[in-house]
Amino acid sequence: MALKTVQNATAGNETASLHSNAGNGKGRRFLAYWRNDWQLYALLLVPLAFVLVFKYAPMSGLMLAFKEYKIAKGFWGSDWVGFEVFQELFAKPDFGRAVRNTLLLNISDLIFSFTAPIILALLLNEVKNVAFKRVNQTLLYLPHFLSWVIIGAIAYQLLGEGSGMINNVIEAMGLDRVPFLQEDTHWLISYIAIGVWQSMGWGTIIYLAAMSGINPEMYEAATVDGAGRFRKMRSITLPSIRMTIVTLLIMNLGNVMGGSFERVFALSNKATTEYTTTIPVLVYRWGIESGNFSRATALGLFQAVIGVVLVLLADRIAKKLGEDGLI
Amino acid sequence: MQISNSRAVAKRRIKADVWDVLIHAVLVIVSLVCLLPFVHVVAKSLSEDAYVIAQKVFLWPRGINLEAYSKIFADRSILRSLYVSVLVTAVFTVIGMIVTIFAAYPLSRPQLKGRTFLTVIFMFTLYFSGGIIPDYLLINNLGMLDTLWALILPLSFSAFNLLILRSSIASSIPVSLEESARIDGAGHFRILFSIVLPLSKPILATLSLFYAVGRWNAYQDALFYIKQNVELRPLQLKLYYLVVQASESFQLEATNVQLSNPEVLKASVVVFATLPILCIYPFIQKYFVRGVMLGAVKE
Repeated sequence: MALKTVQNATAGNETASLHSNAGNGKGRRFLAYWRNDWQLYALLLVPLAFVLVFKYAPMSGLMLAFKEYKIAKGFWGSDWVGFEVFQELFAKPDFGRAVRNTLLLNISDLIFSFTAPIILALLLNEVKNVAFKRVNQTLLYLPHFLSWVIIGAIAYQLLGEGSGMINNVIEAMGLDRVPFLQEDTHWLISYIAIGVWQSMGWGTIIYLAAMSGINPEMYEAATVDGAGRFRKMRSITLPSIRMTIVTLLIMNLGNVMGGSFERVFALSNKATTEYTTTIPVLVYRWGIESGNFSRATALGLFQAVIGVVLVLLADRIAKKLGEDGLI
Repeated sequence: MQISNSRAVAKRRIKADVWDVLIHAVLVIVSLVCLLPFVHVVAKSLSEDAYVIAQKVFLWPRGINLEAYSKIFADRSILRSLYVSVLVTAVFTVIGMIVTIFAAYPLSRPQLKGRTFLTVIFMFTLYFSGGIIPDYLLINNLGMLDTLWALILPLSFSAFNLLILRSSIASSIPVSLEESARIDGAGHFRILFSIVLPLSKPILATLSLFYAVGRWNAYQDALFYIKQNVELRPLQLKLYYLVVQASESFQLEATNVQLSNPEVLKASVVVFATLPILCIYPFIQKYFVRGVMLGAVKE
């Protein structure tokens, strides 16, 4: 009996057309479905409540980007001003700087942090000794598990100009101390290097998984044909992970307007302000520190909209290239 | 002919061995680069001030000295931050898992009417969100600023984790299994708690760790939402103020007659905050790797 109702419920439209002469069949079937599966909706109430309150409700706050927010008038009482806030935003010199920095940091990451795991995975793939490989992987994955605050703190312990260990070594060798984190250009390079350090090991996982799926007979055949190590890397390994690379690249392209607040904030200091003003940092400063909610919201919205457009574009490109796409 | 052939093979083998050595050497160096920064910080935290000031501590502690650690354990505000972090992480993980499970199981059932629409509602949040300021205003309106709820509730739904759990349940719990349970008279609640969850233990462990480690490491929301009530700062935020911004001094430092080098103290606070992660890292690593693989398999 129970089985029958389940089948009725799951069979869906085909049975509906078969028994089309039953006038109230549809209603009865829905009733049976509801009797069986109402608990699914009951379960969904909890996550739906969370999403509606904490993800969708804040979206109404985006209206602030089109209002002149006055604390005295409140959120609803503040006057609509159309695109005035945006015009004011675009005219700010800090806005251009934040957009430039966001793009600069993310594109540099794309060049270095994106390629490092590929190279590292190719090297790890050459290792035959399982124990050696496992120990290396454990060490390489380690930085991924640390918070940006800890990484920032360690970075200053090592790279600080006054007492950082690396500078101590440099001085011991008779060279001048380097302001790794205390001068703008050095800071930029350190920021990127620390990003590579944090993510390169972790990034190999997906590539190694793709490489483990390669048929070993291909390598054997290539060896018989006299192909060397690098020939095999170029002609077998790389083509086999090409799709993985392309997919990840496209996903990263969609993120060039995004970026981590925590990473920049934990590594920045008062001496280096040239490259540390990114969009999320500026939103924080304008909004939460200075209370200019309208302008900060407008900046956040600008970033979110460009982000969505880039993701959609990336998805379109992926599909054009014959991939599944991301969405 | 044969001799020259075998000589060529031997030559190639030697050549290959050179590359083998090089590759292994590069990997060892890169791995050490990942490890040595910690070794240095640990060494510094255990060293005597004089050696640190003289910049003579590299990878090995000199003049063993645990004073910095005893200071940390005497500083009530740091211990309080640790307590806040543990509490928030535990509650957050439990709530996050409940929310994720309650969404993933129904969405994995093919008979669910409105499944596409409901899935879109959840997944849309992956691509678009209100952003920092609207989130902040919401927390403010809910009266959650300067409460621990601000660190627990907003992030407990993760569309990414939902995606992983949903496809895992969909592939591991076939509809036929569900149906046979239905014949025995079990409802969805029963099926979820006595069949689906016990069968999904590994993936549940992975996602719990995603939630827990993510919560433990994050400090952005605490920086935004915990302003006045200094008592509620989680460990990462405390560490940010203590070490990165260096605006906050140790409670005891002012009362302590013997001045000590802040560098040693900073190093020991970093070790203190890293230790919990380092202790569980060897055990959780494999779950994380599995999670990454599952996340990469898009449905």
